[in-house]
Amino acid sequence: MTSVAGQTPAVSLHGITKRFPGVLANDDISLDIHAGEVHVLLGENGAGKSTLIGILAGMQQPDAGHIEIDSARVKIHSPRESLRLRIGTVFQHVLLVHSLTVIENLMLGDSWWRIHDRKAALAHFGQISELLGVDIKPDVPIGRLSLGQQQQVEIIRALWHGGKVLVLDEPTSMLTPQGVEELGAVMRRLAGQGVAIVFVTHKLREAYAFGDRISVLRQGKLVGDIARDRLGAMDENQATNEIIRLMFKGVVEEAQSPDVEIFLREGQQGHWSGSFDSSGPAAITLECVSTRAELGECALHDIGFSVMPGEVFGIAGVDGNGQKHLAEVLAGQRPVHSGRVKLRGALTAEAGVPARRLLGVRYITDERLGEGTVGDHSVATNLVIKEIGAPPFWLCGVTLWKRIFRHAREVITAHDVRTPSEHTPLARLSGGNIQKVLLAREISADASVIVFNKPTYGLDLHNTRLARERIVKAAQSGIATIVISNELDELLELSHRIGVMFAGEMSDIVDNHAGAEAEIGRLMTGAKAA
Amino acid sequence: MIFSAARVFVPIVMALAVGGLILLALGKDPFAYYEYVVGRGLLSWSGFQQTVIRAAPLLLIASGLIIAFRAGIWNLGVDGQFLLAAVASAALAPVLILALPSWLTIIICCGVSIAVAMAWSVVPAFLKTRYGLNEIITTLMMTFLGISLANVLVKLPLNDPDNTVPQTMTLPVPDRLGRLFDTTIHSGIIISLIAVLAVHFVMTRTAFGLKLQIVGANPRAAKHAGLNVGRLTFATFAISAGLAGLGGAVEILGVWGTMRADWNPAYGLLVIPLVFLARFHGIAVIGFTLLFAILMIGGESASRRMGVPNFYVLVLVALLLIFLALVEYLDHLSRQRKKA
Repeated sequence: MTSVAGQTPAVSLHGITKRFPGVLANDDISLDIHAGEVHVLLGENGAGKSTLIGILAGMQQPDAGHIEIDSARVKIHSPRESLRLRIGTVFQHVLLVHSLTVIENLMLGDSWWRIHDRKAALAHFGQISELLGVDIKPDVPIGRLSLGQQQQVEIIRALWHGGKVLVLDEPTSMLTPQGVEELGAVMRRLAGQGVAIVFVTHKLREAYAFGDRISVLRQGKLVGDIARDRLGAMDENQATNEIIRLMFKGVVEEAQSPDVEIFLREGQQGHWSGSFDSSGPAAITLECVSTRAELGECALHDIGFSVMPGEVFGIAGVDGNGQKHLAEVLAGQRPVHSGRVKLRGALTAEAGVPARRLLGVRYITDERLGEGTVGDHSVATNLVIKEIGAPPFWLCGVTLWKRIFRHAREVITAHDVRTPSEHTPLARLSGGNIQKVLLAREISADASVIVFNKPTYGLDLHNTRLARERIVKAAQSGIATIVISNELDELLELSHRIGVMFAGEMSDIVDNHAGAEAEIGRLMTGAKAA
Repeated sequence: MIFSAARVFVPIVMALAVGGLILLALGKDPFAYYEYVVGRGLLSWSGFQQTVIRAAPLLLIASGLIIAFRAGIWNLGVDGQFLLAAVASAALAPVLILALPSWLTIIICCGVSIAVAMAWSVVPAFLKTRYGLNEIITTLMMTFLGISLANVLVKLPLNDPDNTVPQTMTLPVPDRLGRLFDTTIHSGIIISLIAVLAVHFVMTRTAFGLKLQIVGANPRAAKHAGLNVGRLTFATFAISAGLAGLGGAVEILGVWGTMRADWNPAYGLLVIPLVFLARFHGIAVIGFTLLFAILMIGGESASRRMGVPNFYVLVLVALLLIFLALVEYLDHLSRQRKKA
């Protein structure tokens, strides 16, 4: 079953190059993917992993290079062609029709002129489920499944046309720790059946735990491989050192850089433990807060917690369990349907964004370009967007552009924002620099409560480190800090306490001590506190 | 906003060239036509005065459109707002003048016209903020209603019985908007220039203008920043319609003195492409509007003299838009290539 090195690879990429305006996303990448192996593509955000699998999935065409399948040269000009070549891709975000059942979703790709053969489809479904070792009822609407189960349906769909290659793009980002283990087992079974699996991740621990072979990408280049037999011979420490060497070679002094530190800590729970005064009054308190949801949103039910000045309160949970509403309620962007929000003891449930800001509430949204900023407007404008009309940048409603630009130049220097000038449209900046602008805008001396929503989402290691440092610094200066994240490792590193969201409720609040991870993982699936 | 000269003049030259080819195909001499149009619309004294007079309502409508478009609100209902405001002025002025001095009559008429136009924009504003209905559709529909309502008003309750054609009573010439010096140009052009400059100032240099721009560029960011998007939307509609309404008042009080039934110059639809050509820029729109007014006045004479249909002016505007978009696109491509 399992292939041996030297045998013909299932898929091989030759010199794949892909350019986007201003960036070389893939630079002459050559890779062999073998049947029966879990091949890890490891690299930080922005290293070019997504582009590479986009090319495999037929979503994008390479500017140069070609792809061979079983030594025959192919051109994957469309997603349909990719499926025909038996390459199935599971993208980071679930792409299923929620109102349709599992089996209906799977039958969606059939030819339009053929009568749907439900019986055959069900039999096929049974075979693949058995292969994967999962138990999903075919007639349940997708919307009723957990995200982990939805992902399993996606895997079934990817294998529907006969899986030769299965590509998984950051599949663990939506899963609980237990879900990650189940996924690992599924991958092992599939590899055992001779499927070639491409597993894309930016996490060192997962690469080692699941990979038979690891390829490391950095800034669009393939900087190194650890082959199957070599990886097998290494223990975790050796593998880690080797990966670090590949990832950071020539960039920083090995293993000394704080960026390397971030990468290593992913999952190692090196936990920052600042202390704070818990005797005084809470900076912010929520009591029995509920919201109303529109279609497709998750409303809050009876949320209650309070955060002390200087405390970091983490909020864990799989995406889509009410975190968005909670962040918006805290910021004053979303009206509370029932319940109370108290700031330093005063009721503020009715106060909107401007009033909350005056009371020192800041919100760093996860949708940096979607709602956090106006991409067409300058960096300078975006830095003052929440203070329009107020002094010192406005006088009787008249804009003092000179002051705004001077302020922007100061911020750009102070926070090392990489931008051609303060007049540059914000959308031209990289994700890390946009986040720097947001952090600079929101974190100021007069802040008392700061809500960070997925503060490091999509950032490379360097900017991840900078963002986390700012969170710690904010807490150290006595600000009540709320961090919402679906990266459990991040919360374990930063928080004093962690509240777990499930289906719009806060199942429990856990003190961040050793062993908290297992309990949080259990709570993330909806199990009540013991 | 950087306006490189080439990016404006290249499309103009190309539009005139292709337009010339069309004239050739029609069997007309393009050079003679252009010469005649420029001669009538700009170089002859009476033509120049007419051009400036025509520019006044166009500029007021343009300033209203700039406010709305910059705020991301596609108020395509300016014609209805313009006409109803014109009816209000035409109905009020001849009555008020019997009791009040002419300056007060004019001020009251302008105020009432603005209010009427604003009122006509409330329905689309409400439907947009409350139910998220697309204002392109609602404002267009309100325009059809407005045109019909204006006609009904002129033909029935406001009809002047002393006249054989259905029209309102007439404001005597001496009581209309004051003339500038010894010309036939009425002071409406001053009002409209002030309006355009004021709009430009508000949009570029005030908190209110920046708020409108944020709402226009990214409504979710506006909400995130704590702006009251609903209230700003109502304000935008009101100001935009009010300026169009002022245009209607100026046209009646300055030029016609009365409103005839079925009168609908549809200036709004003509100005919309100009505002796009000027990329919502207040100063640039003055230039485009004057250019267009020259074409209109010159083209109207040319249609009588040379047999080139009046619509040819619209063909020129359309060509101008196409070439402007083309130049923009090529510019964008070359910049992208440079970056990669």
